Amino acid sequence: MQNWPLLTLTIFLPLVGVLFILVLRGEEADVARNARWIALWTSLIDLALSLALWAYFDPSQADFQFVELAQWLPGFHIAYHLGIDGISLFFVLLSTFLTPICVVASWTSITVRVKEYMIAFLVMETLMVGMFCALDFVVFYIFFEGVLIPMFLIIGVWGGPRRVYAAFKFFLYTLLGSVLMLLAILTIYYQIGSTDIVEALNRGVPPALQTWLWLAFFASFAVKVPMWPVHTWLPDAHVEAPTAGSVILAGVLLKMGGYGFIRFSLPLFPVASHQLAPFIFTLSVVAIIYTSLVALAQDDMKKLIAYSSVAHMGIVTMGTFTMTAEGLQGAMVQMLSHGVVSAALFLCVGVVYDRLHTREIARYGGLADTMPKYATVFMVFMLASVGLPGTSGFVGEFLALLGAFEVNTWVAFFATTGMILGAAYMLYLYRRVIFGVITRADLRAMLDLSWREVAIFAPMIAVVLWMGIYPNSFLKPMQPTLAKLIEHVQLSLRENAAAQLAER
Amino acid sequence: MTVAAVFLPLLGAFIAGFFGRWIGDRGAQIVTCAGLGLAAVFGVVLFVDVAINGHSVTTELFSWIDTGDLQVQWALRFDPLSAVMVAVVTVVSSMVHVYSVGYMAHDKSVPRFMSYLSFFTFFMLMLVTADNFVQLFFGWEGVGLCSYLLIGFWYDRPSANAAAIKAFIVNRIGDFGFALGIFAVYALFGSLHFGTVFDAAPNFAHTTFVFLGWPVDALTVTCILLFVGAMGKSAQIGLHTWLPDAMEGPTPVSALIHAATMVTAGVFMVARLSPLFEYAPTALAVVCVVGGTTAIFAASVGMAQNDIKRVIAYSTCSQLGYMFFAAGVSAYSAAIFHLMTHAFFKALLFLGAGSVIHAMSGEQDMRKMGGIWRLVPVTYALMWIGSLALAGIPPFAGYFSKDVILEAAWASGSGVGRYAFWLGIFAAFLTAFYSWRLLFLTFHGKPRADAEAMHHVHESPQVMILPLVVLAAGAAVAGWLGYNDFVGEGRDGFWRDSILVLPNHASLEGAHHAPMWVGTLPFVMGVLGIAVAWLAYIWRPELPGIVARRFRAIYLFLLNKWYFDELYDALLVRPAMALGFDLWKKGDGAVIDGLGPDGVAATATRLAVRASRLQTGYLYHYAFVMLIGVVVLVSWYLLRQIAS
Repeated sequence: MQNWPLLTLTIFLPLVGVLFILVLRGEEADVARNARWIALWTSLIDLALSLALWAYFDPSQADFQFVELAQWLPGFHIAYHLGIDGISLFFVLLSTFLTPICVVASWTSITVRVKEYMIAFLVMETLMVGMFCALDFVVFYIFFEGVLIPMFLIIGVWGGPRRVYAAFKFFLYTLLGSVLMLLAILTIYYQIGSTDIVEALNRGVPPALQTWLWLAFFASFAVKVPMWPVHTWLPDAHVEAPTAGSVILAGVLLKMGGYGFIRFSLPLFPVASHQLAPFIFTLSVVAIIYTSLVALAQDDMKKLIAYSSVAHMGIVTMGTFTMTAEGLQGAMVQMLSHGVVSAALFLCVGVVYDRLHTREIARYGGLADTMPKYATVFMVFMLASVGLPGTSGFVGEFLALLGAFEVNTWVAFFATTGMILGAAYMLYLYRRVIFGVITRADLRAMLDLSWREVAIFAPMIAVVLWMGIYPNSFLKPMQPTLAKLIEHVQLSLRENAAAQLAER
Repeated sequence: MTVAAVFLPLLGAFIAGFFGRWIGDRGAQIVTCAGLGLAAVFGVVLFVDVAINGHSVTTELFSWIDTGDLQVQWALRFDPLSAVMVAVVTVVSSMVHVYSVGYMAHDKSVPRFMSYLSFFTFFMLMLVTADNFVQLFFGWEGVGLCSYLLIGFWYDRPSANAAAIKAFIVNRIGDFGFALGIFAVYALFGSLHFGTVFDAAPNFAHTTFVFLGWPVDALTVTCILLFVGAMGKSAQIGLHTWLPDAMEGPTPVSALIHAATMVTAGVFMVARLSPLFEYAPTALAVVCVVGGTTAIFAASVGMAQNDIKRVIAYSTCSQLGYMFFAAGVSAYSAAIFHLMTHAFFKALLFLGAGSVIHAMSGEQDMRKMGGIWRLVPVTYALMWIGSLALAGIPPFAGYFSKDVILEAAWASGSGVGRYAFWLGIFAAFLTAFYSWRLLFLTFHGKPRADAEAMHHVHESPQVMILPLVVLAAGAAVAGWLGYNDFVGEGRDGFWRDSILVLPNHASLEGAHHAPMWVGTLPFVMGVLGIAVAWLAYIWRPELPGIVARRFRAIYLFLLNKWYFDELYDALLVRPAMALGFDLWKKGDGAVIDGLGPDGVAATATRLAVRASRLQTGYLYHYAFVMLIGVVVLVSWYLLRQIAS
């Protein structure tokens, strides 16, 4: 199976589904139903393909696997170059795992332009998977920017009342960062004469250039993550996005920033990364405390979870730039965990939003009485978000903080306060929504989870517990790649130090 | 068998929790009680095998976290220390399970309650059998979760919800320290496995590392950080505020979690980590001072409370203080001994109080009780046994364990030891006083409840009395039964290497040679306390009112629990909420969005409007601008010429 172009298949299979949906004709209701089923089957087959990737992935290797290389624009040394290693494998899986869930979650809540909606999600899947597999800067940049388009449409077309403001804010924020990254990519191209990422990683960038290029990449990734203070697009985008849009936004799109830091910033600019790590630490710690406090004051469920995302991603950026084995593995697991947990939390909000059409926390209360299944599911993800040991949230947070403590105790000290604040805002949210006495008739009439909703949450709970109780399934494949990365960074730092010593 | 003892409760919890609807209330009760009953049998067998017969065993289940450098296993470690804890936890828990069958009979969600109780027991067992810091933390947070769920069990009560959140958050504040302590251990030792860390601990005595910019003694700071976690879980002064509020939960919960097991986890932790604490004498002194202070603080507050459960809650807090200062003077085994006896008599007292509340149709205020001892004679007698054990009257269990703690504190000879000793002696007086105040107010005097309530007063059913009798037996005999092995001559053979005491910290040996008066003083204070309580509540019932009026400031200070809650609310809770709101509206809204996207957008619009205004359409405007441009260009060119 190693000879099959598995990656290309995984990337472009959703587009085949899109073709099928495009040719649908007939009654609007029929078209909608068929579009849903086609989208579901396409995304499920894609999930199966990506699971095959995992099965055939050799966890002892640090290098890129399933590599595909085809000349594209040979005159400019631009190639269609794909491959995955221990870092990108799980992001591909995360994308293919969440897409079918999004399709099912939108099954009944989306009623207008269903065909276009499903197309948007399938196109987005192609772009997300492609982005994580790309080994050529041009291919990467196309996918990276392309993702914005379907997301922009999903928010702008199927979003809430302020969707246009939110969509533009999201688009402009992220585009502004990306433009700077494009400049940096051009600079690298002129340096090494090729847009090949592997070659760039092998050749490296001269220390003198690193700081500027690092900042340019940072501009793009920091907005995506998002890091404080460029996070304000996120709450607005989440609040206006439809449930499934929030799921993908929190689940995968935020991870593109974290992935970018690990894939590019650390190995390409090790010296700059080392020098600017304190800067990242500061922003991360501010993000953790600041947004946790802001989350405490929210009265809109989605906004609360959006702010908590910023805090959790603060742990990621902090762990990444510790450049220790624990910190990096912690950052990776935290991203995967957050990808599932925050996605599930947005789905939890979606469940009650579908029934009552409001996200205002004060409108709810006492749901434990009438919706015990929902209360249980919400509890599991609430606890995972709080980082209770035994859930995925703990492993990532713990490892990242462990790494931070080795590097700088101040950082660990302040970041660990997130443990307290995180518990505060989540428990406070849970109490206001689930506990208490039901006072309104419309709340009493709300039905518990349907089979469709149970089918969405069951696999997510399984993953959360799996990652919490036996995270080694996830840690093992990423270890060789991350170990090699750390070794590479350390070596570059030593070389640079030696070179500076020689200059004096 | 070790695996079965730990995982049977989990199985029971799982079945009762997820299939409660199908198997019904009765089914859930049978499943969980059977699971716990078996676990208790295994627990006792393991105790005999491990602690008495000396077969320590560690069962490694599978790898949990393996990052290459950090290796963490799921493992069940059974050495004498954990065997004692497993036996105590499973026995008390099984009794509480049986009791709950009766106590919660009329509740509408019995399966959920039984499931939570069993789930809690599982986490507690994982905690005490951990062989690394991370699993300890797993159990630690897990019991915290179950405590949260059980305190807030009646989720339609706002006060219960508030208490549940408070318990979780205050515990998290403690865990903040605990987590940092674990990070510090890893940074120092490169491992989180108990065996590895303990073996290397002597090499790290007197080493320094930089923490928060200060070069500090590594083990001292590590141990103090870990101890902050213990303070949260065991409700020591400063982080105690959640425990009295936790009484919002059903009474069996208070007995199991907030008296016998979970709150003692902090004491267990310090004993388990004795190989670290022994090399950090300053940290031990901190433990000792905090313990002694808590003992007196909580006892003083307990005197003035009117809620029967709150009195016992403060009593628990105070007794935990005793355990901590015992650990603080290196008498870890005395601490565990007291932990064991306390588990019996305090669970007995709580369940007895539950029986009273049950009899009084849910009334918890002692001012509305009184004169019921003839109506509930069995409960009354059992409460006496519990109180006698608590007050340290021979031959009941508390006498042996409390005495040895106070003797050890005296014998340690250190300043902090003396501090704890004298506070402990005075607290012993207060303990006896508030215990008998409780007995007299609840059972004696004229009935203060209305006739309707008095008419309903009845003895509890067999299923509730039976567990009480078992616990009472423990409260009566556990002291002299365990004395020799736990703290007497046989202690070295009993504990073996599960507790480390350095030769120059031999306070327990000194305890056996303490002067006569040190051993008798606690007893005298206890009797004195009972006498004063009798004086104030039986002989002259008007006396407490007079005292409260005369010393109104002190009374209010005690009644309001030294104003800790008000202080925290003003200093932490409200500012955090206000800050969050301000950061959101002003930080995000005004500053970041104002200067960022919204500001840029507004500026862009403004500039566009201005730019469009420039296009006036008059030729002379354009010509004038062109002229200025030419002038600027020419000047710049000339200036450059001159410069070069």
